[in-house]
Amino acid sequence: MNYLENRKYVIQGIFLLVGIIYIIRLFYIQVVDSSYKQAAETNAIKPIIQYPFRGLIYDRNGKLLVQNTPVYDLMVIPKDVKNLDTLRLAKLVNLPLEDVRDRLKKARAFSSVQPSPFYQKLSTQEFAYIQNNLIDFPGFHINARTARGYPHQSLAHALGYIAEISPRQLEDSTYKGYRPGDYIGKSGIELEYEKYLMGQRGVKYKMVNVRGVEKGSFRDGAFDTLAVAGENLVSTIDLDLQAYGEYLMNGAKGSIVAIEPATGEVLAYVSAPFYDPNLFTGKDYGKNYMELLQDSNKTMFNRPIMADQNPPGSVFKLTQALIALQEGVISPNTTFACNRSLVNCHNHPSPLNLYGAVQHSCNPWFYQAYRLLINQGKSKNTFTDTAIGLKEWREQVLSFGFGQQLGIDIPGEKKGIIASTDLYDRVYGKNRWKYSTIYSLSIGQGELGVTPLQMANFAAIIANRGYYVTPHIIRSIGDEGKPLKEYREKHYTSVDPKHFEPIVQGMAEVVRAGTGRRANLQKAGIEVCGKTSTAQNPQGPDHAVFLAFAPKDDPKIAIAVYVEHGKWGGQSAAPIAGLMIEKYLTDTVTIKEQEKWVLSRKYLDIRSK
Amino acid sequence: MEKVLGHKLASPTPRISSSRRSYGSILPHLDWLTILTYFVLVALGWMNIYAAVYSPDNVVNILSFDINSGKQLVWIGASLLLIMVLLVVDYKVYEHLAYPIYGFIILLLLVTLVVAKPIAGSRSWLDLGAGIRLQPAELAKFATALAASRFLGSINLRQQNFRDQMILAAITFIPPVIIVLQNETGSALVFAAFILAYFREGMSPLILIIGGAAAAIFILTLLVPQLYLIAGITVLMALATWLDYRLLRRFKTMIGLWIVVVGMIFSVDFFVNNVLQPHQQNRIKALINPEADPLGYGWNVTQSKIAIGSGGFWGKGFLEGTQTKFDFVPEQSTDFIFCTIGEEHGWVGSSILIALFLLLLVRIVNIAERQKSVFARTYGYCVASIIFFHFLVNIGMTIGLAPVVGIPLPFFSYGGSSLWSFTILLFILIAIDANRAKDLAR
Repeated sequence: MNYLENRKYVIQGIFLLVGIIYIIRLFYIQVVDSSYKQAAETNAIKPIIQYPFRGLIYDRNGKLLVQNTPVYDLMVIPKDVKNLDTLRLAKLVNLPLEDVRDRLKKARAFSSVQPSPFYQKLSTQEFAYIQNNLIDFPGFHINARTARGYPHQSLAHALGYIAEISPRQLEDSTYKGYRPGDYIGKSGIELEYEKYLMGQRGVKYKMVNVRGVEKGSFRDGAFDTLAVAGENLVSTIDLDLQAYGEYLMNGAKGSIVAIEPATGEVLAYVSAPFYDPNLFTGKDYGKNYMELLQDSNKTMFNRPIMADQNPPGSVFKLTQALIALQEGVISPNTTFACNRSLVNCHNHPSPLNLYGAVQHSCNPWFYQAYRLLINQGKSKNTFTDTAIGLKEWREQVLSFGFGQQLGIDIPGEKKGIIASTDLYDRVYGKNRWKYSTIYSLSIGQGELGVTPLQMANFAAIIANRGYYVTPHIIRSIGDEGKPLKEYREKHYTSVDPKHFEPIVQGMAEVVRAGTGRRANLQKAGIEVCGKTSTAQNPQGPDHAVFLAFAPKDDPKIAIAVYVEHGKWGGQSAAPIAGLMIEKYLTDTVTIKEQEKWVLSRKYLDIRSK
Repeated sequence: MEKVLGHKLASPTPRISSSRRSYGSILPHLDWLTILTYFVLVALGWMNIYAAVYSPDNVVNILSFDINSGKQLVWIGASLLLIMVLLVVDYKVYEHLAYPIYGFIILLLLVTLVVAKPIAGSRSWLDLGAGIRLQPAELAKFATALAASRFLGSINLRQQNFRDQMILAAITFIPPVIIVLQNETGSALVFAAFILAYFREGMSPLILIIGGAAAAIFILTLLVPQLYLIAGITVLMALATWLDYRLLRRFKTMIGLWIVVVGMIFSVDFFVNNVLQPHQQNRIKALINPEADPLGYGWNVTQSKIAIGSGGFWGKGFLEGTQTKFDFVPEQSTDFIFCTIGEEHGWVGSSILIALFLLLLVRIVNIAERQKSVFARTYGYCVASIIFFHFLVNIGMTIGLAPVVGIPLPFFSYGGSSLWSFTILLFILIAIDANRAKDLAR
C-alpha cells in the first residue's frame, strides 16, 4: 500500500503545476501584453462630443446676418416605449400610420436602448404641441440642438450653407476630426471660414456598458474638455445696401458687386436670382436644394465669381487706354477718326481725343490705339511683332486682376480668360495670326472672359487710381479682430497712377452726358464716374454691364452691375448702379423715376419666359 | 409505556453525550486552517460579487437584497447554519447514509429532468416555490463522492474484480448521464475529476495517463495543423522506440498505438464539426482563436481576457473596474467572477487567489491522507478533486486556456446552490476529520 501513498505527491504536484501555469499565464496577459489595456479603454470609455456654438456672422453695421436657432428633434428610446397608441402618435406628428411604424422599426433596428431620432427638425409650433402631449408617450423625448438661422433672408450665395459632412469628406484627411453626422460649411463663408466658425469641440468621457448606455463620467471628468464657441465674423457687407440690391434685382438675372475701393471690402454681393438661405435649414433641405439646383434660371450659380464666360465689352476700352498710356503709344490728346471701315460704331462727333473716345465709347478709336499698342515694331515680322505685343500687353492686363482668381474669401471663384499667344497659336498656328486676327480685343470682345467681381475690382482700381486691395467679405475674425493678412495689402497695377486721371475724366463725362446718364446723381450732389458695356452673349440677348464709382474724388464705392439679357448697359445696368450708389452714400433714394424704371423691367423679356 | 417512549426518545442523547464525554468538544479537533481558508474565500467572493454588479451611476449598498451581493449574504448566512448542523450531526451518518443520500439525489435528478422548466436551454433547476430554486446537479457531487467512497471502503481494494469496478463506474457515471440529459454538460464534466481520487486508491495510472494524453491530443489537434501534429507524433514515437530497446520488442504495440493516435486526430475534427452541438462547437472554436470573431462566439473569452489583462500588475482598485461592470463580461458574478479579481486586483490579487486555492487543495489532500478509513480518505480525495476540477476549468476558461464551460468558482461565485454544495462537500470532510481519533479507537 505504501507505493499508493506516494501518489499523494503526484496529485498535489498536478495541483501546483496547474496553479503555476495559471500564474505565469496571468503574468503574461496582465503585465507583459499591453494590448488588453487599450482594448479595455475602447471598450468602456466613450468620448461624447460637446458641440460648440457655431460662430455668428454680422454685417458691417453690427446687424445679424447668421445666427443659431434652436431646432427640436423628437427622439425615441425603443426599450422605454410602453403601451404605444400608434394611431394617436401618427396624428400628433402628422404622418401616415405606416410611416410611423417604419420609423419605429428603424429606431429599433438601430438600438433598443440608445435614443435615435424619430422625427427631426420640428417647427416651433409642432414642438409646442408635441411637447404638451409627450407625457402620454413614454420612451419619447425632445432633443434640442441648434441650426443656422437667417433673420434677413439676404446674401444667400455669399453666406453659403452648412450640412452634414459627406462620406467623401469623411475619408479625406483634411477633415480629420469630423465625425459622421457633423455639420460642416458646404459653400460660401460657411465653408471658407469653417475652421473659425466651428469652434472647438469639447469631449466628455463617459463610461458606458456593453449596450452603450452611459454609466457616469470617467474619473469624475478629469479628462473632459469644454466646448469653445466658434469665432464670430464681421462681414464687410452693408445689409441695407445688400437688401436694396436684391430688391432691385428681384425677378431679373445678373449680379451686383459693390466694393469699398480703399479697403477692398465688399459692400454688396448680389447674385440674381437668389433664394432664402433659410430654405437650407429646415427639414425640407434636401428637396429644396435639388429644386434650386435643377431650376432653369440657375439660381444656385454664384454669378459674381463664377460667370466668367462673358467678355467685358466696352469697359475693357478703359484697360486698353490705360496700358496704351503706360506704354506711351498714345497721350490723352491723341486723336483718331471714327473710321467705320475698321470696325462698326455709332453716331457721335469725330475725330475724338481720349476723353471723347471714352465718353462716346468710339470703337474705331480703340481699334487704332490698340494697334499701336500691339504692333510697336519690336520685330520686322508683323506676326512676331503681334505676338510680342500681345504677350507684353497680357502681362499688364493680368496686373489688373483679370484672368486670375482675385482671391476673395468665397470659394469657387473662377479665373476668367485673357487672350494669350498660346491660345492663338493653338487655334491658328504659330506665326499665322496678326493684329487683324485679334483686333476684337481692342473693344473688349473676342477671347476675353471676366467675372462681375473682377469687373467691380477694376472699378475699384480706377477709383483708387492704380491699385486694389483683394476684395473680401469678412473684415474681422472675432468681434475685435482684423481681416486675414492677404486682405490688407495694396496691389498696384503696371500702369502709373498719373495715367488714370484722363480715364476718370472720361468716365465722369459718360455719366454726365454720355451713355451712363441714368446713373447720374447730380441732384444729390454726387459726381459719379461710370462706363457702360455690352457683353456679347451667343445664347441670347446680350448682357448689359455698367461699371461705376463715386464720388469722383475720394471714392467710397465702386460697383459693377450685370443684367443678363439687358442688352445695353446704359438702359438697364446704369440706373441700378446709380440707385445703389445713392443708397449707400446718402442712405436715401431721390432718383425715384430710375427705381421705377428698373422695377418695371421694360428692358427685359425675362418675365415672359 | 412512558418508559418505553422515554427510552426510545432519549436513546440518541446518551450516545452523543457519551462521545462528548469520552472525546470532549469537537472544536479543538477541527482543522482551523481549512476553515479559515474557506471563510477568506467566501468573504472575498462576496466582495467581488458586489464589485461585479456595482454601478457608479446607481450605487446600491452592498447589503441590499436587490443585488447579488445582498442575496449572497443570505446564502452565506444559511451556509453558517448548514455548517453548524453538519458539525453537530453524528459523523457516522455520512458513511451510513451514503447510499440513501445517493439514491435520493438520483431520484431528485430524475424528477428535475421531468418537471423542470427549461431555463436558457437547461432543465436542471427545481422550483421549490417562493422564488427559491435548487439545482440538484450541484448536490449530486457530494452525494456521489459519499457513495463512491462508501463503496470503495466496503470492498477489498487488493482484490479488485471486474464486478466491483463496474459498480464503481456506475456509481460515478449515472449522475453525469442524467445531468447531460438536463443539458448541463458543464456540471457533468466535473465527475471526470473522480478519476484523481480513484487513482489514489489504486486505479492504474495508465487511465490517468491515457485520459491526460487524450485531452492533450484533443487540444493539440485543434491548435496545430493535422499534418504537423501527425509528423511530430510519428517522429517522437520512432525516437522513443529507437532509444529504448524494450519498446522495440513491442513493435506491434507501438504501431497499434500510432494508428490509434492518428485515428483520434482525424476523428477529433469530425467530432467537433459533426457531433457537437453548435454552441459547444463555438466554445471549442473560441478557445482556438477567440480573435477570429470577437463579437460572436469569441465574445466571452475575448472580453474576459480584456478584463483580466487590463488589470495590470496591481489592478485598478476595488470597484474601479470598467470591464467587469457594465456587462462587457458575461455572467460576471457567477462563472466569470475571476475577471473581477483580475481587473480590480491585478496580477497580485489573482496570484493570491490562486495561492489560496492551492493552499486549500494541498491541505485537503493532507487531511485525506491522515484518515484511517478508506471511506474517509477517498472522500477527502473526492473533495479535493471536485474543487480542483472547478478551479482548473473556471479560471482556465477566463484566461483562454480551457473551453468555456459554465461551472462556478468554488466558494467564490454567486449562487446559493453552488455555495451550499461546496460547503456541504467540504464540511462533511471537516466533520469526519475532527472525529478521526474515534475511528482509531474503533
